[in-house]
Amino acid sequence: MSQFLIRRFILVLPVLFGITFVTFALARLLPGDPCFAVMGERATPAQCEAFRERAGLNDPILTQFARYLGDLSKGNFGDSLKDSRPVLQIVLERLPMTIEITIGAMLFSSTFGILLGVISAIRRNTAVDVGTMIGANIGVSMPVFWLGLVLAYIFAIALKDTPFWIPPSGRLSSGISIPRLDEIYNMQDATGFQGALVTFASHSAIFSAIITGNFEVLKDALWHLILPCVAVGTIPMSIIARMTRSSLLEVFGLDYIRTARAKGLREQVVIFKHAMRNALLPIVTVVGLSVGGLMSGAVLTETVFGLPGVGTQLVSAILSRDYAVVQAFTVIIAIIFVFVNLIVDLSYVFLDPRIRMQ
Amino acid sequence: MTAPAAPLQLESLTTVVSRTPLQNVTRRLFRHRSAQVGMGILGLLIIIAIFAPWFAPYDPIKPLREVKRRSAPCIHVLGCPADQPQHFFGIDSNQRDLLSRIIYGARLSLEIGIATVTFAIVIGVILGAVAGFVGGWTDNIIMRLMDVLLAFPALLLSIAIVAVLGPGLINALLAIAFVSIPVYARTVRASVLQVKEQEYVSAARALGSSPLGILISHVLPNAITPIIVQATLGIASAILSAAALSFLGLGAAPPTPEWGLMLGEERNSLFNAPHLVFIPGIAIMLMVLAFNLLGDGLRDALDPRQANVN
Repeated sequence: MSQFLIRRFILVLPVLFGITFVTFALARLLPGDPCFAVMGERATPAQCEAFRERAGLNDPILTQFARYLGDLSKGNFGDSLKDSRPVLQIVLERLPMTIEITIGAMLFSSTFGILLGVISAIRRNTAVDVGTMIGANIGVSMPVFWLGLVLAYIFAIALKDTPFWIPPSGRLSSGISIPRLDEIYNMQDATGFQGALVTFASHSAIFSAIITGNFEVLKDALWHLILPCVAVGTIPMSIIARMTRSSLLEVFGLDYIRTARAKGLREQVVIFKHAMRNALLPIVTVVGLSVGGLMSGAVLTETVFGLPGVGTQLVSAILSRDYAVVQAFTVIIAIIFVFVNLIVDLSYVFLDPRIRMQ
Repeated sequence: MTAPAAPLQLESLTTVVSRTPLQNVTRRLFRHRSAQVGMGILGLLIIIAIFAPWFAPYDPIKPLREVKRRSAPCIHVLGCPADQPQHFFGIDSNQRDLLSRIIYGARLSLEIGIATVTFAIVIGVILGAVAGFVGGWTDNIIMRLMDVLLAFPALLLSIAIVAVLGPGLINALLAIAFVSIPVYARTVRASVLQVKEQEYVSAARALGSSPLGILISHVLPNAITPIIVQATLGIASAILSAAALSFLGLGAAPPTPEWGLMLGEERNSLFNAPHLVFIPGIAIMLMVLAFNLLGDGLRDALDPRQANVN
């Protein structure tokens, strides 16, 4: 088993290398001279030459790539052209919001996706099954940002003045702010990895609220997250529901399920203890694969709900040609995606003894 | 005992054999419930797209005079006063007839979906074929690059590529196409490897067929089934991605009647004119749904064993 873990881990390295290579190559393909992008349109040739020398753009391309890798490993993503501060700072401030949406949407989609899938598999070919599957087909075809807008309309406008009203935008209600972790724990001066961790944690409303035990903030933050998470989670929920259904139906036909039923086990035990266990592998795969879609969905819906996450920053960076920011977000999200897939692969070991035995 | 049954079996056998594979597939496709719905919606949308200038009551781009911005739909049958001009979907923020824009948008969305997928297939087939035929290092480099492209969340990679190329519809389409190349390359490569060692390919090679000839007459026919299914589903996701990029302001530029862009432009009308937000989204959903249903149907029709399992 440890061999499996090691082999799987080693397989990640070339992919990580490839990801950094692709993002590096993309930056080199930028149209126009980087000198004019940084120094302005009126830079003289001498200024440009000095800039190139300083930025190391005159070095061989492989040297530049090696330097880029070295910088990345130290967490140095360069400076933002627009904000003239380290890109890492921007990433650390923006990423928690997107991760909160992604995790929330993932919980929503897997809970309801599996539930709906199980119900339609048990009640196969009934109205519930057909309805769920039609809903799932419509669910995968909806643009996520449109669903966000529709939900905002229903819960913020149509249900206004009812107890079901949910705020359509913003991260917290006005007057409520994230507890300042750095001040509470006297860590304003933390630098390096510790400093990065503090910045990251103190920009996550939910994490800060839980750590400080501030339930008012927690409640408010979760309340604001409902609509974005439902919007982002609906497409994966549809996919998970379909996968759960077909995976369970496949297992239902097997001999050991018939044996379990013949033994006189209760139907719940047969479904959840016998069938579900074996049907889980493809379901976990789909949940893992949907992380990429969830993150893309989070990026798209943030603009709808006016949330300060990666998406809003990414779009403004692209429109202002601030490529260092785009590059950093691309690398980091791809790396997160790779590691989530690694975790999914490793979870097989625990779900399927056959893999453990190999 | 079994003797009397034999002629009956033979009879039923001959009726099955008399159909060509293509006939079998079409038969299964037309009997498939979701494929029927998908083909129905898609047929309608294609007709609308082809005859857009006849169906659209107004110009999709030129603002109308003497209409109020963001006015609600006006349909005579439903009680709208007869002296007012009819606008089935209302007027958008720039005084244009929304129905006309939706109709022209169908045309654009179909073009977007088909163009990106065609581009991705062509490049994917070339890369996959080269990787499969040449093998060795070439294969390794091409396929590892494809793996890396698959390691990115697709939409985010397209966004990064648009960042490099600059916002615009063509660049957005190139980005989306580029991101979907790996799927086709993998399919074709697998098919090449499967066929490469077969005796009939050796025979074709001995008879002097070029690799291109072998690719066209032996490999592609083997790979065509998964490619057709993948392409149909690929069109659906290409339309969604293009709409997403346009919505973010990274794709089509105003005043193009692109559904995603229309949603992005009317985002702030949600409070006073929600129909301007709802209708383009429903249009996107219908078209994507049609391709998804057709893709599912095609998969089941082309691979009946799989269909029986589900």
